[in-house]
Amino acid sequence: MPILEGKGVTKYFGGLAAVSNVDFTVEQGEALGLIGPNGAGKTTLFDLISAALVPKSGTIRFKGEDITGLKPYKICRMGVARTFQMVKVFADMPVLNNVALGSYFGTSPGMSSTDAVREATELLKFVGLSEVKATPAKDLTLANQKRLEVARALATKPELLLLDEMMAGLNPAELAQAMELITRIRDKGITIFMIEHVMKAIMSVCDRIIVLHHGQKIAQGTPQEITTSKTVIKVYLGEKAHAGS
Amino acid sequence: MDIVRVISKRSFVLGLLLLILILLATSPLYAPRYTVILLTSIFMYIIITVSWTMFSGPTGYISLAPAAFFGVGIYTSAILGRALPLPLVIGIGGLAGFCLALLVGALTLRLRGIYFVMFTFGLVELLLHFVLWWEVNITGTTGRVVPSVDNTTVYYLMLIIFAILMLTAYLIKRSKLGLALQSIGQEEDAAAHTGVNVTMVKVMTFAISAFFMGTAGAIMATRWTYIDPRIAFNPLLSFMPVLMAIFGGMGQLYGPVIGAAIFTYLEEFLITRFPYYYMLIFGIIMVLAIVYLPDGLVGLIQKLWKRISERKYAYT
Amino acid sequence: MMVKILDVVIAGLLLGGIYALIAVGLSLQYGVARVLNIAHGEFIMLGAFITWWLYTIVGINPLVSLAICGPITFIIGYMLHRALFTRLRISSASPAAFEGNSMLACFGLLFIIQNVAILIWGADIKGYSYLAFPVNFGGAVFAANRLVTLGFAIIIGVVFYLFLARTRLGKAIRAAAQDPAAAGLMGVNINQVLALCFGFGALMAGLGGTLLSMSYKIQPTMGLEYTIIALIVIVLGGLGSIPGSFIGGLLLGLVGSIVTYTEPGLSLVAYYVIFMLLLLAKPTGILGK
Repeated sequence: MPILEGKGVTKYFGGLAAVSNVDFTVEQGEALGLIGPNGAGKTTLFDLISAALVPKSGTIRFKGEDITGLKPYKICRMGVARTFQMVKVFADMPVLNNVALGSYFGTSPGMSSTDAVREATELLKFVGLSEVKATPAKDLTLANQKRLEVARALATKPELLLLDEMMAGLNPAELAQAMELITRIRDKGITIFMIEHVMKAIMSVCDRIIVLHHGQKIAQGTPQEITTSKTVIKVYLGEKAHAGS
Repeated sequence: MDIVRVISKRSFVLGLLLLILILLATSPLYAPRYTVILLTSIFMYIIITVSWTMFSGPTGYISLAPAAFFGVGIYTSAILGRALPLPLVIGIGGLAGFCLALLVGALTLRLRGIYFVMFTFGLVELLLHFVLWWEVNITGTTGRVVPSVDNTTVYYLMLIIFAILMLTAYLIKRSKLGLALQSIGQEEDAAAHTGVNVTMVKVMTFAISAFFMGTAGAIMATRWTYIDPRIAFNPLLSFMPVLMAIFGGMGQLYGPVIGAAIFTYLEEFLITRFPYYYMLIFGIIMVLAIVYLPDGLVGLIQKLWKRISERKYAYT
Repeated sequence: MMVKILDVVIAGLLLGGIYALIAVGLSLQYGVARVLNIAHGEFIMLGAFITWWLYTIVGINPLVSLAICGPITFIIGYMLHRALFTRLRISSASPAAFEGNSMLACFGLLFIIQNVAILIWGADIKGYSYLAFPVNFGGAVFAANRLVTLGFAIIIGVVFYLFLARTRLGKAIRAAAQDPAAAGLMGVNINQVLALCFGFGALMAGLGGTLLSMSYKIQPTMGLEYTIIALIVIVLGGLGSIPGSFIGGLLLGLVGSIVTYTEPGLSLVAYYVIFMLLLLAKPTGILGK
């Protein structure tokens, strides 16, 4: 059974269809990529899954259960976690507390203080942020803030992790670290659904890719199929694919 | 939870607090009557200001309605004061504030913060109009007499509520609820997606803060003995706690306490000499504090302290 | 029966005209300059008191005072924005922080302006009589001053609408309302425009106060209730929509007239009930997004 399934998902902003009748499935354990030109509706789709927004029509099912229109905290506790395109760390809170919040609230029932702190410390080690655990999150570099978001998301014990442009703005060294982190997350058995513009990352990490354009799904398949698809190439014509950068 | 605490510092602070508490508890025995009355007023403002800060500080949802919950407590005393024993009246006064806040919270805290501000801004005037209409048309009274209670009892009641509130505020701040409140103030969407039931957290904390304001109102009514809608629902009681919290600084618990103490004393001092000037002065201080003291007095002192200690290290 | 309905409806429009005027003023200040001016009512009060003072002491006709009070409150509003809110806009960490800080600063201003008025004019209720003779309108009787008020409210509304739609400054204001950053990039002097908007909002309040003083008694504490009404109207009309505030004002005035007819003293309660219903069903209001 697919871990996440969307049927006919539609969202309008005013008169404009940001997401239009999109069907998608995410298989358990896979890494599914979501690409498309800017404004294609990718983050909107994530917002609809995580319930930051409510769809106009269509259903979304997580592990068979209908999660359309539930509150965000419920969906999080059911096992769906996400990061944000514009990094949303808790700026004035120490790094450890950022992650501990996930341990406290991300599952029901939550954890006790000692357990949560222990778990948060372990997660910081997992993502490589142990040294800065007492630093306020706003003093971190962008790359570290992104890792912090991942640690926070992992603290909620997700089965499905939505990553929104995790690689954006990273230099080659940071990029390699991030891709390696994703591999280690997958080793834990967590399914990954990721929005990316950085083609190198998508191609090497993902098992399958979905392509959105103007809110509609125009293609899906393996990285091989996508890079050779005429439809996709036409859509990206004139845009520089970030294959090397 | 985060930084390692030196054991001796903690017991020093604890010992100091205990000493202060003992001094306060025994002051009716040795302090002049005027001081006890002044302290009662200071407790009242501390209770309202610290409760206000408990919610509006970390979340950034600015409530302009402390006077509403305080006033509801006053009216509880006025209506039930003759029929029920005082501790019960106080409890019900707090409960009344709690319930009103639940209603207001349920309506407005699901939405953007601006609706909360607007709704709470008019709440005091609304209650004034409503209670006035009710008293005139339905119950046929204009003012009510509250059975009076001696000053010493009032003092001790306020001291007890003050102590319970400070403990509550401290425990909340250090608990996971406090963490949730902070996260809501910083990035509410991210908090919701990290599993925090943001609406529930906001409404419950808001209601708890209103509970304390209600109890304070119920107690203070016994000191004023005569109350009417205009006395009970007074916009100044919404302004003062906000001023005190902002001036004192909302980052630490003792910021609002300091702010409350300073302005209560100032108010007592100025109210007899310059009745309307003092409100004008407070208004000016509010504007100046917003512009020049964004982190309040406590924030300013912390900044200066940091600069002094950094300069010390610069010489070594 | 028909006369009674006409009575209530027209009374509603008379009241609504004032509500619409002051709400449009607040909408300019919050919708464009992003300042939730909870001291708005105090500017109304200033307009009312200056008019009263000019009429009773100097003998100047209240309708002429429109041309005096308007500029006075405009200048006060404009200067306040340049001196205070521009500074806050720069020093605030985020737009949300600015909204909070500016609102709190207005809270302080509320007490400043109110107490200055008390110190100058005293705390008692004042009033004067002007154009108080009755006029017969289709069987219903209204005071002439109220009809004049409605007339002027409409004129001011229309003039302002034309200003927004046709003039260059008006277009700049509409641009700033949509997206201040983009407007700034398009060459609009954003600080100037926002200050002018705030000033225009204060202007509306001052004019509203002048008109109010012709028909009602005035008191230095009168402002609070009008601020609350203006807040409810801009929510009803839709936050950020200036035409919405106008329509919302007329609607609320109608409600107020109906409630006053059945149970006087409960009009504010009725407004709040509408507020609560809006929050439950459609917080974005009539014309809001």
